[in-house]
Amino acid sequence: MATSRPTFLATVLQENGAAVLDAWMREQADAPTLRPDLISEAELRQQSSELLQLLGAAARSGDPVSGVGWDPVREFLSSLSVSRTAMGFTAVETATFIFSLKQPIFEQLRAVVPDGKRLVDELWIATTTIDALGLHTTSVALEARERLILRQQEDMLELSTPVVNLWDGILALPMIGTLDSARTQVVMESLLQRIVETGAEVAIIDITGVPTVDTLVAQHLIKTVTAARLMGADCIISGIRPQIAATIVHLGVDLSNVATKATLADAFRLALRRSGHSLGRTAPRKDA
Amino acid sequence: MRPRRRPVSMRVPVPVLTSDPVPIRSSGDVVLLRQQVRARAIEQAFSLVDQTRIVTAASELARNTLDYGGGGRALIEVLKEGPRVGLRLTFEDSGPGIPDIELALSDGYTTGRGLGLGLGGARRLMNEFYIESKPGAGTRVIAIRWH
Amino acid sequence: MDRIPILKMGPFLLVTIQVDMHDRLALMLQDDLTSRIADTGAKGVLIDISALEMVDSFIGRMIANIAGMARVLDAQTVVTGMQPAVAITLVELGLSLPGVRTALDVERGMALLRSFQDQPDEAAPPPRVDEGAGAGPDE
Repeated sequence: MATSRPTFLATVLQENGAAVLDAWMREQADAPTLRPDLISEAELRQQSSELLQLLGAAARSGDPVSGVGWDPVREFLSSLSVSRTAMGFTAVETATFIFSLKQPIFEQLRAVVPDGKRLVDELWIATTTIDALGLHTTSVALEARERLILRQQEDMLELSTPVVNLWDGILALPMIGTLDSARTQVVMESLLQRIVETGAEVAIIDITGVPTVDTLVAQHLIKTVTAARLMGADCIISGIRPQIAATIVHLGVDLSNVATKATLADAFRLALRRSGHSLGRTAPRKDA
Repeated sequence: MRPRRRPVSMRVPVPVLTSDPVPIRSSGDVVLLRQQVRARAIEQAFSLVDQTRIVTAASELARNTLDYGGGGRALIEVLKEGPRVGLRLTFEDSGPGIPDIELALSDGYTTGRGLGLGLGGARRLMNEFYIESKPGAGTRVIAIRWH
Repeated sequence: MDRIPILKMGPFLLVTIQVDMHDRLALMLQDDLTSRIADTGAKGVLIDISALEMVDSFIGRMIANIAGMARVLDAQTVVTGMQPAVAITLVELGLSLPGVRTALDVERGMALLRSFQDQPDEAAPPPRVDEGAGAGPDE
C-alpha cells in the first residue's frame, strides 16, 4: 500500500470535512449498535469531529496507515476504545464507530475522483485504511475487556474469603470450597495483611469446608504459615478432614513445624492459651 | 524510556518500553537499580507482593553481576503479550562466566558464582529465567515476571 | 557515608533500618552492632525492619549473622515489623532466618526480649517449636 502521491482521501477530509461529519453522524444514528444510553449525541459528534481532524492530518502526511504519521490517530482510537470498554461498549459496537465512516467517505470519493480507474484505487486505499484502524480499535477493546474481567475475578477472590476477628489478637480464616492456587494465594496475602492491620499474633486457618487439597495448595498453606511466623505471628491450621490428612501424608508434605488441630474449637482453645487468655465458667451448666 | 511501536498482531511478547542501560559498577548502583525497577513495577500496576519479588530478584542478580561479573549493566523492559503485561530484567557482564550453570543455580553453592541463594532464589521469584554464560565469554541473565 | 544509628535501651540495643541499604552499609551495621554488644554487654538486640520494603539474601544473611554473633556474646536477637510482601518473598527465596525470633512490632519485640531476661537459663533459641498435630484438647 505504498502511496507516494497525495490521496483523494486527504483532499476529501480537508475540503469536505463538514459534509463527511454530517453523513457519518447519520450513519451512526442509523446503526443498530448505537448506544444512546451510554453516550450522548453531542459527545459522539465531538469525538467524531476530533477523529476526522486527526484522520485528515494523517492522510496529508503521506505515510501508509502503519506509519508514524498515523500514530496520533492510533493513540486517539486506543484511548477511545479503552474508555468505551470501561463504559460498557462491546468491541463490535466500538469498531462499528470506525467502520461506519466508510459510506460517507466513499460517497465523497465518488463525487470528486475524476476517472473510474483512479476511483477504484482511491476506494481501495480508503477501505484498507479504515479496516486497519477498525482492527486496531477492536484489538485494543478486546484487550481492555480481558483486563477488566481479570480484575473483576481478582476482586471476587478477595471477597469470597473474609478474615474474621475472632477475639483480641486472634484472627480466623474459614476457607470454603475448592481451593485453587490463585485463590489460595490471594487469600493468604490478605490474611497476612490483616495480621499487620489488627496486630493479631494468632491466625486460625480453618479448612473444614475444603473437600480436597493438592500439593500446590498445601505448599501455599505452609508458605503462609512460614511467612506469618517471620512477621511475628503464629498460624494454626484446623479442620483437617481425614481424607485431607491422608492426602497430605501421601504427598509427602511436611507439616511437622505447623500447629494443626482437628476442629476450629480446639484451635481457638489453643489460640486463647497462646495469647495468655483463659476461659472459664461463671455459672453452672444448665442440664435439661 | 524510549517508546517502541510495533503493530499489534500475534501473541508474541513485545517490548513496549526499554530503559537506557543501567550501569552496575558499585553497590550504590545496585540501590539505584532497585529503585528504578520498583518504579517501573509500580507504574505497570504489579501487586505489592509482585513488586517485592521483582525488586528482590533484581537485587540478587545485580549483586551477582557486580561481585562475580566484575560489574556490568542492566536493562529494564516492559513487555506486552496480548493483554498480558510483563517486566523483563536483563543483566549482562563481561566477567569470567559460569562454568557450571546447574551447580550455580542450586542453593548453597557458595564458591564462585551463585553465593548460595542468589541465582536460584531469583529464579524462584520470577516466571521466566534464562542464563547464557560461557567461561571467558561473560554472562547474561534474563528474568521475566508477568502480571 | 551515613551509618545506621544504634540506640541503647536498658540492657538492649535497638536498630531501626529505614533506608534502602547498599551492601557496604549492611556490613557496617553488622560490625557496629557486634562491637556495641560486646562493649555494652547488651542482653538483646531488636532490629526493626517495618520500613524495609525489600529484604534480599544479602540482608537476610546479615540478619542471621547478627543473630549468630549476638548469640555467641550471650544476647538474643528479635526482628520486628516484617512487611507481608517481604515475608512472602523471603519464604519463596528459600531464606530461613535461623536463630532469629520475630515479633509484630517494637513493643512486642521488647516484651519478648524482657521475657528472655526473666528466664536466664533458657536454652539457645531455636526457631519456635510448635505443638504437633495433636487432636486432644489439653496440651
